[in-house]
Amino acid sequence: MPADIPLLSTVQMANFAADGLLRFDELVPEEINREVMRELDAGQIQGHAAPAGALLHTLWPDSKGIGAMLRLPQVEGIIQSLVGPKPLYDHHAAHRVPPKHEEGQLWHVDAIIDTRIHFDIQLFYFPHDTPREMGGTLFLPGSHLRRVHEFDVSRPQNFLGQTPVVCKAGTVLAGHHDLWHCAQPNLTDTMRYMIKIRINPTVRQMLLWDTSDLHDPQVERILARNHGWYGEDDRLEVCNRIRLWRFLTADDRFDVQYWLTRLENQPEASAAQNQSA
Amino acid sequence: MALKQKLLFLYTASPSLESGTGAWAVYDGTGKETHTTGDSSQPPYRSVLEAMKDGWRVIHIPQILPLQPGLELTTSYLRFEYVLEKMEEA
Repeated sequence: MPADIPLLSTVQMANFAADGLLRFDELVPEEINREVMRELDAGQIQGHAAPAGALLHTLWPDSKGIGAMLRLPQVEGIIQSLVGPKPLYDHHAAHRVPPKHEEGQLWHVDAIIDTRIHFDIQLFYFPHDTPREMGGTLFLPGSHLRRVHEFDVSRPQNFLGQTPVVCKAGTVLAGHHDLWHCAQPNLTDTMRYMIKIRINPTVRQMLLWDTSDLHDPQVERILARNHGWYGEDDRLEVCNRIRLWRFLTADDRFDVQYWLTRLENQPEASAAQNQSA
Repeated sequence: MALKQKLLFLYTASPSLESGTGAWAVYDGTGKETHTTGDSSQPPYRSVLEAMKDGWRVIHIPQILPLQPGLELTTSYLRFEYVLEKMEEA
């Protein structure tokens, strides 16, 4: 891996494990944002960029907009930290919310029930300023480890802790593929764009980031975060995050506040054996 | 004038009707109010009981079911969904 690719830290990865989302404000330079807007207006980002399963780095090879965005070292560092080298392009969409569109999209996840602990990521790229009246995507931090199917989560309209993306141009968010989200109304006179790119790993997602802070004491506290909307399920959510962290770090003994270790304590030794040990 | 149904969904922290609201929705059959995703950041009522005190009738109480073997730690849809109604003139 080139030395100039800035990888995520362990603390950032822990935040991803807890929230299912990382946000990078104004990551993409203005000249690339402008070129992406030109490519959008020219219809150059519509449709499939390649067949699903193509190597991500082969996409948009000559583009000074969306292609250049994907090849920014900071963006490559995010991708490499979360899904590793040689990731695959799954699909992308250039989402448009027309002016004076007053209806919010229903809450959903982007695919069918997915029982893997391995995960894809989705980049959410906002190439222009997105004030609240223009919507932004509404995310539900901490929802990514729930096993749900597409729009089956659409009856509630609001959750405590829901987070709208209000941002400046060039902001990128990296989300777990199962994060609950919905597009928001656009009350302005201008079309709103957001480009979403789903990316698959091709390697085991294990210690792919900058692990120099692997044992940072913040990690346990971050993984124990309570987002508020799931009530008394908070400890179940933490258990699922512990499992994800064990997967990511290959540390089967990792725990937060003894939650899984307690359940895993199923002694088989007799009292006599225990006495002589 | 005909009475029409307005529904309030409250998703609570626990089966207690006094526990805190974590998610919510309003579907107004009178057509007077329009609600959509992301239109409020705080719930209209802090609990089901508080909504009842404001005249909402509880028409659905979630059943508490044992979790399926092997899925005891799995989280999925919100479990404590209360449905309340008011009948209002359209």
